[in-house]
Amino acid sequence: MSSVLYDTPGPRAKRRNVVYTIAFVAVLALVAWWVLAALNDKHQLDADKWSPFVTDSEVWTTYLLPGLTETLKAAALAIVIALPLGAALGIGRLSDHRWVRVPVGVLVEFFRAIPVLLLMMFASALYREFTTVSSDFRPMYSVVTGLVLYNASVIAEVVRAGVLSLPRGQGDAAVALGMRKGQTMLYVLLPQAVTVMLPALVSQLVVIVKDTALGGALLGFEDLLSQNRQITANYGSNTIATLTVIALIYIALNFLLTTFASRLEQRLRRGRKSPSATLPAQAGAPEAKPEAVSGA
Amino acid sequence: MFDFLDSGQYDLLGAFWVTAQLALYSAIGSLVWGTALVAMRVSPVPLMRGFATAYVNVVRNTPLTVVLVACLLGLNQTLGVSLGADRFEDIGFRLAVLGLVAYTGTFVCEALRSGINTVPPGQAEAARALGLSFTQVLRLVVLPQAFRAAVTPLANVLIALTKNTTVAAAIGAAEASLLMKTMMENETDALFTVFAVFAFGFIVLTLPTGLILGWAAKRLAVKR
Repeated sequence: MSSVLYDTPGPRAKRRNVVYTIAFVAVLALVAWWVLAALNDKHQLDADKWSPFVTDSEVWTTYLLPGLTETLKAAALAIVIALPLGAALGIGRLSDHRWVRVPVGVLVEFFRAIPVLLLMMFASALYREFTTVSSDFRPMYSVVTGLVLYNASVIAEVVRAGVLSLPRGQGDAAVALGMRKGQTMLYVLLPQAVTVMLPALVSQLVVIVKDTALGGALLGFEDLLSQNRQITANYGSNTIATLTVIALIYIALNFLLTTFASRLEQRLRRGRKSPSATLPAQAGAPEAKPEAVSGA
Repeated sequence: MFDFLDSGQYDLLGAFWVTAQLALYSAIGSLVWGTALVAMRVSPVPLMRGFATAYVNVVRNTPLTVVLVACLLGLNQTLGVSLGADRFEDIGFRLAVLGLVAYTGTFVCEALRSGINTVPPGQAEAARALGLSFTQVLRLVVLPQAFRAAVTPLANVLIALTKNTTVAAAIGAAEASLLMKTMMENETDALFTVFAVFAFGFIVLTLPTGLILGWAAKRLAVKR
């Protein structure tokens, strides 16, 4: 897609590219050298700071894996609760009744405008003051509550956009068949919108996983990130090594989800194209227009 | 009910001023860094392309909290980088700007790349036919149009950035969410008021951004 910006390199451009490559390598090497020297200076590259993660399975079984489990648990709970709530809000925003549409719209816009951390802190304070949730579970409750409130309103927008992206004829046809509004939504519009929305929903899962780390840093949630305190305390202040491993776990997890999302998107796009290929009347259908944004 | 506001005990405006400053400096920094990244990402030099792609994919998939905590624990407390500040809040503030720029730059890069993709190939082809070099094509023809098409995604990035400044509380920058945490612990009888005040503050910060940039996006869009 970007090759349109420059010609296929000729001999001179090739030579110039080699020069640029060498200069860039030099800069990268310089930065790497500076970082490694600084790390070495503080003894962060010593083998005994990194070896526990390979040789000592206890780092994984006592700290990292339980932390990862908590992170995944919070993320899973959040998405499971936020999905139906978000779908309900999204449909509510499309309602024909003003008294449903307007309040739901205000609610969705409000929770989308507030940082999720504020929602988590507020939830934490509410659980502390007004409920008997024990302090062991309070961080998990607050993290999930904050994530649900925020993500339900994001999902509501995704659902709304998904339903609105469908051709008008779908709803009209359902009405012509004598379906009621609820039936139209449930049996005709939503099933089709789900395929449009799926990639966006999976990407939202990445956001949820990333946001669970907020609880670990600020609310005492014992998630993957918060394990760095325990590990650095027990394995000789190997801060850099621990944070690197923790970051790598997050990156691997989110990379899997992102890859899954783009696979899904490609597959769905292919799936939608094939029937229209068999129906020449639909050759000029909306999905035939060139895709502007190439996948990540 | 609102008596905690004028008791002088909490510097509400000061905290929101820090939030606004964090957002402003990080926005400028990440715009510059994101533009550099996108230039590398579409450049003819394979190594630069590879570096920018790898950087974007790695940093985008790291939680911002991890980035900021790594800035404090790794850069500051382990390696002794303090960016020329000596008070704890100042160190937190500067490291937060650094972390936010590193993180938000990737989203700016993606927004601009989607903007570049909306520029018709004919534009770049015509520029090349005139004999412009890669940097000239990018600087004079493609990026000006890409920026105009990218106003809406960039506005979304800016709003997300404003909200993300709250994460700086994790490394002790004295911004709004840190003050809210303190107030939630002290003013237990006014939880809803405290939350309403801070929610209102963030709506005041984000809503005009969305409205103004939404209007600008319509004005600036290249009519095709």
